[in-house]
Formats: sequence, structure tokens, C-alpha cells
Amino acid sequence: MVDATHHGDGEGQTRREFLYLAAGAIGAVGSAGVAWELINSMNPAADTLALSTIDVNLAPIPEGMGIVTMWQGKPVFVRHRTAEEIKQAEEVKLSDLIDPATDQSRVKKSPWLILIGICTHLGCIPLGNKPSDLRGDYGGYLCPCHGSQYDTSGRVRHGPAPLNLAVPPYNYTSDTVVRIG
Amino acid sequence: MSNFRAFLMGGGLALATLTTASAQELPEPAKQDWSFYGAFGTYDQAALQRGFQVYREVCAACHSMSLLAYHDLSGIGYTPDEIKAIAASVSVPDDPDDTGEIKDRPGRPSDRFKAPFPNEKAAAAANNGAVPKDLSLIVRGRKYGPDYIFALLTGFKDPPPGMKMANGMNYNTAFPGNQIAMPPPLSDDRVTYADGTKATLAQEAHDVVTFLSWASDPHLEERHRLGARVIIFLAAFSGVMYGVKRKVWSKVAH
Amino acid sequence: MAHTKTPSTFQNPVIRWVDDRLPIFTMISKEYGVFPTPRNFNYLWNFGALALVMLVIMIITGVFLAMQYTPHADLAFDSVDRITRDVNGGWLLRSLHANGSSMFFLVVYIHIFRGMYYGSYKRPRELLWLFGAAIYLLMMATAFLGYTLPWGQMSFWGATVITNFFTALPFVGKAITTWLWGGFAVANPTLNRFFALHYLLPFVIAAVVFLHVWALHVTGSNNPLGIEPKSDKDTLPFHPYYTMKDLFGMSVFLLIYAVIVFYIPDYLGSPDNYVKANPLVTPPSIEPEWYFLPFYAILRSVPSKLLGVILMFGAVVMIFLMPWLDTSKVRSAKFRPWYQWCFWFFAFDSLLLGLVGSQHPEGIWILLGRIGTLYYFGFFLILLPFLGWFERTLPLPASISESVLGGGKLASSAVAAKPMEKA
Repeated sequence: MVDATHHGDGEGQTRREFLYLAAGAIGAVGSAGVAWELINSMNPAADTLALSTIDVNLAPIPEGMGIVTMWQGKPVFVRHRTAEEIKQAEEVKLSDLIDPATDQSRVKKSPWLILIGICTHLGCIPLGNKPSDLRGDYGGYLCPCHGSQYDTSGRVRHGPAPLNLAVPPYNYTSDTVVRIG
Repeated sequence: MSNFRAFLMGGGLALATLTTASAQELPEPAKQDWSFYGAFGTYDQAALQRGFQVYREVCAACHSMSLLAYHDLSGIGYTPDEIKAIAASVSVPDDPDDTGEIKDRPGRPSDRFKAPFPNEKAAAAANNGAVPKDLSLIVRGRKYGPDYIFALLTGFKDPPPGMKMANGMNYNTAFPGNQIAMPPPLSDDRVTYADGTKATLAQEAHDVVTFLSWASDPHLEERHRLGARVIIFLAAFSGVMYGVKRKVWSKVAH
Repeated sequence: MAHTKTPSTFQNPVIRWVDDRLPIFTMISKEYGVFPTPRNFNYLWNFGALALVMLVIMIITGVFLAMQYTPHADLAFDSVDRITRDVNGGWLLRSLHANGSSMFFLVVYIHIFRGMYYGSYKRPRELLWLFGAAIYLLMMATAFLGYTLPWGQMSFWGATVITNFFTALPFVGKAITTWLWGGFAVANPTLNRFFALHYLLPFVIAAVVFLHVWALHVTGSNNPLGIEPKSDKDTLPFHPYYTMKDLFGMSVFLLIYAVIVFYIPDYLGSPDNYVKANPLVTPPSIEPEWYFLPFYAILRSVPSKLLGVILMFGAVVMIFLMPWLDTSKVRSAKFRPWYQWCFWFFAFDSLLLGLVGSQHPEGIWILLGRIGTLYYFGFFLILLPFLGWFERTLPLPASISESVLGGGKLASSAVAAKPMEKA
């Protein structure tokens, strides 16, 4: 056994340390690459990602009612608001809101409120599409899990939810058909 | 110290009673006398078969029991031949034949109970938008189980004056919110029992709830029987182990 | 070979042959045969062994259930029903496994509270305590994952609520949640990975249990007096004294377990989990299993989402930090009159939070939840550090044997004036 410190001069030792370092670095890069592949395999797969759009026919939804439809595995609320509800939504002062947003910024046509029906607190589905549902103090939606309340524009008015109900991307393909996605 | 602990215990108990009083949205249904309750409870075989008759002749028009197969009926006392006859009374789609066509064939004991509607949309369309629930696990899937289902089946009344009923809804004292889409399914003499039992509303409800309880928990009798044996075994084991432990420790002060 | 090896003294030639090559029997004899164990354990010291019994029962029943279970969102609920309906004795396997998780947590909670009362987390047993806390954390993860598998309403919505905790994280929350789900909501990819991890984690727990027991055998056990054994008179060989005592405790414990499994199998569960998962219908109240309720109450005690999640995870972190938060040199609460009060109030507080967690967050429950949360953190962050400085502890006995034997055979002991509580 030869003692390493007596083996060579300073140059040899530096080279050895460099080689150790290089080997370690290559090993670390390789491990990180493998780890990333494994972690990334848990992200949504191509079939899950394949964006499906859905068309919703608005004609059969009576005023005051909402329907629930599925888009990307998420419930989407489509609600036909009454004149009273629209007025309520438009007249709220922004300073009264937890997550300020105007009603105009959340709808494309006033009567139709289109929302992702997932409470921004912990992901439950709020009640309020049917007039017989509990709608909370603000006439919109009430989450049965932890009591968050939303107004007739889907904006959060009472915690614990921190944010307004999200608005999915959509556009009108005709007067009565809306394409979500 | 012990006073303090007693105070804490008392506080805990007081809180526990507070909860039982406040936490329920549902009125607690009246307690019925079920033969399958208690540590030695068993199902009443005659009631099971009468209950199956009620399900078959009344409930099955709208409600599926998709987790049960016809062979499961041996659990309520039907012979293999009777089960074959019951299964054969329905027709189900066969496997594709040699030309790829799908024809109907009579049911077999291995088939699941035939559902009244081909899918949920059809069920909703036929029932004013409300899908009739699958009854396979209905008793275990509801708080208060059999008492609740019994109260529901016998709880149809005229709505109190001043109550606004939604279109097509029925007033029911047991249902949360009191408005249920299901019309009253049972009434006196809705079925005719082969064993001569008088088919009152309460009798029909009692029988069908017994049947549905069995469907939710078909191994209850076996569970109770085996449980008694296991507990006797473990009690004996505990007794012996207590003796061993005492003997071992008798030699040392502790 | 540098090892000094004494030939095995076992009589049986097969055992001797093996032991000469791999001294496993020597090790068993050393660690579980003659292992010197404090002579004054009460029955609370049974619960470590009981926890191991539960881990073994859970792994065995779990492996057999997995042979019948289908981890697919469309089939999982039906396959669980098939286990209880059609599989031979499947109803028993499932009841043992489902109620077993409750029994496992019950045993572990008693084990943890015992450690807290008698100061088992203190020097030199800090690492032992950390391994224990890690086991508890892994158990919570495993129980949560397992509860998802039957794919009932409470499975689905419980998974939805818990995974949504991660959306509270700023910036990366959404990406992490999507990654956890493998999609945009709890769905089939989620169920698949939860099943894989639920099968994996118990074996990780078993590995940490091995480290926990290893660390225990390095420091030796704590005991009700919280003083270290000083001589042979203070200890007894583990076998037969504690093997037999543990077996007796186990038989009584199994008796209680059997009553639940055979006679009230649904008592601890939610009826909603006998309803198949429906992503479009949220049950009227989502409630976790009882063993998570105190944490659920802490989560809901503040109206802010991020703060609620931080507090909830913080509540678990407190347990990890306990060895460093407690500044008192005296271990056992027997000699810490003030800590004893604080401890019992903490135990009561945990029950109170559990009760609050089972209620709708309204009226008096909000206030009680806040008070309970305040005391929970106050106990760890204020009482534990400050008591160590202010508390006048009682005099400790000179040794375990003196204390144990003081009231009996050796009546003339000065210190043990008050006989110790004995189970």
C-alpha cells in the first residue's frame, strides 16, 4: 500500500482531485436526470393533456337556473342570471371584495356566467345552480365544505376561500352555443 | 390533581352531549325492532324473501342493485333451481354470436341483477331528472341505516299548509329538506305475499328494509357467529396469559 | 479476521451452525432475551409492542386485500364490494384492515402521550423520538392514501380536500397539485399512484421502526420515574418478564379489536364511503377519520387558507421539536407538578380539537377551535421552554430499585416516602 501523499508531486494530486470532482459532478448530473424522468412521469400524461373542448347549448337553461357540465375532469357552471342578479353583481364596490374584479371582466355576455365550479379553498363543488340550493348571503354560490360564499358573479365574498371562482377560457360559436376550452 | 382530572373528564362529557344535540341536520328516525341488531342478531329468513319480492315487484322498476348477482340469492334461502328460474325471468344481452350480432339470452345465476335503465342518462330522463339510487349498499350508505330507510318509505305525507313544493316533488318527513323526487312507492296491499302475511305498508317497508340490509351486509350472521368464537378464544388466551404473567412476576418485587 | 468470536453456546446444532456464521440468535438473545429493562414499567409501556403488532397485522391483511383489489377509478369501488361480498372471508380481511388503521392510531397516540408524560424524548433519546415522529408522519400519509382506495364519496372528497392543501403554496402550488394528481383533478392517475404508494410506505415504516427500536436498544428504555437504571437491581431481563407482560397486553388489546371488527365494523367509518365516488356531488360535510380530526380543527381555526395549512403542518412539526422545546432536566411528569397540569390540559385540548374537527365550523365551535389551537401551540412554544426555568421539581428517588422496593421489603428508605403509582 502506497501512501497517497507521497505518491506524486502537487500536480498529480491536483489532477486526482479534479478527476474526483469531475466524476462526482457527472454522477450528480446523471442522478438528477434519472430523478427528473421519474418525477416527470407523474405529471399529466399525453392522453390526459389532450385538450378536449366542449360545446354547451344555452337555449334550454331557464333564467335563474344553472347547469353543471364537465370539462377536463372539472365541473363547469353555466348560469343564466336574472336581471336582478346581474344588477347585484355590477353594483358591488370593488373595495368590498376579497379578490377585486369587475363583473364585466368575468363575463362575455351579461346573462351568462360561466365558471369553473371548484371552490378555491379546498376544491369542493359549491351549491347554488338550482334556485332551491342554498346560495349563501350573496345570492351566488355556497360551498358546503367550509362555508365559503360567492356572489352572482362568482366572486368570493366570505372566507375561507381566498380567490374568486375561476373563469374557464370560452367563446361563443353562435348566439346560443358556447365552446369551452 | 385528581380533582382537576375529574373536571376535565366532566368537561369532555358535557361537550360530548352538546355535540349529539347540535350536530345533526337529519332528524333521528324512530328506532325499529330489527332481528339483525345486537351481538346475536340474525336475519329473519321469511322477511328476507318477502322483502326480495317487494324489491322485485316494486322497487326494481326504477332502482338497480348492480352489485348483486342472482347467485347471491342463495344467501336468503333460495335453492339453486329457484335461483335459475329467477335469473331466467329476465333477458340480458348475450356475447356477440358468430356473425358479430348481439342477441338477448335468458339470465343466468352468474349475472348481476338486471338494471331497469341502460345508463344514468336514461334513468334521469325517465324520472324527471332525478336518478334513482342504486340499492346494493343503500342501508350501509346512509346514516341510521335501516331505521332511516324505513322512516323514508313510511314517511310520505301531505305537505304542511304554506309549504311550497317544487314541481314533481313529494313531501317526506324523513328526507333531509322534506322534498323528495321519489313518489310514495309502497302502500297497503301493494304486493300479495305468498306466505299469507298481511301486506300493510309497514309490513312491506319492514320486509324490504330487511332485504336491503342483507344486501348491504350479507355476511352479518357469519360475522356474529365467528365473532363470538374469536372473542371466547381471546378471552381464554387473555386469562391464561394473565396467569403466566402473574407467575413470572411473582418472584420479583415490582 | 480481527473479530473476536466466541463459539456459540446454543445447544441445538442447527441453531449453533447458523449462529457461528451469522450471529442472529446471539443478537435476538441479547436484545430480547437478557436485555436489561427497567423493572418498574407500567402497562403504558405495552403500547410500543402493540404498535408493532398492528403494523404486522396491517401489512399482512393489506397484502391479501391487494390480491383482490383493482386500482382503477371505474372498478375500485366495485372490487372492494366484491371483496366484502364474494371473496372467502373478504369481509373479515377488510374489516380488520379498515378498523386496524384506527386501532393502530389509537395505540400510537397512547404511545406518544406516554412518551410526553414521562419525558421519553429527552436526552439521550432525542433521535429515538425523531424516528418515532417520522413513523407517525409516515402513518398519516399511509392512512390518507389508503382511505382513498375504496373510491367512495369520502375517499374521493377527502383526497380532493387534502391534495388541495398544496395549492396554498405560493407560485408552485398549482404545479405541485397537478403533479400529485397526474391530471387536473383527482382521477384515475391519482388513484393508481396512491395505490402504489400505499403499498410502498408500510415497508418504509417497517424500516424506520427498525431504526426506532435500534436507537431504543442503544439508550435503553425510559421508565415511569424517568431516572436511568444504575445497577442490576434496577432492571430485569426482557424475557420472560416483559415478553409475558406484552403478550398479556396483546391478548387484551386483540379482544377489544375483535369486538370492533366483528360487532361494530362501521362505527368508526362514514356511511358516505359506501356511496361510489362522484366528482359532481360534494357530500354535505367532509370529515376525515377521527385520528386526523385535531389537525383538521387547527386547519379550520383560521380563515386564511395558507395560514391554516401552515398551522396544520406546524402542529406536526411541534412534535418533532419537542426534545428541544422542553428545557427541563427532569424527565417524568411525576416530579414536575406544573408540567403535569399542562400535560393533562394538553391531552384534554387534543380531545377538544378532535371534537371541534368533527363539527361544522360555526358558532361556538369556531371559538373553541381557536382557543384549542392557541393552547396547542402555547403548550409547545411557551409552556415547554419556560416551565423548565420556573418549575420547582420534586426530589428524584436515588434509584429505581429503591423507589420500587421502598414501600415493600426495604421499608427503611428515606426518599421513597410516597409509594409510586403502579399499574
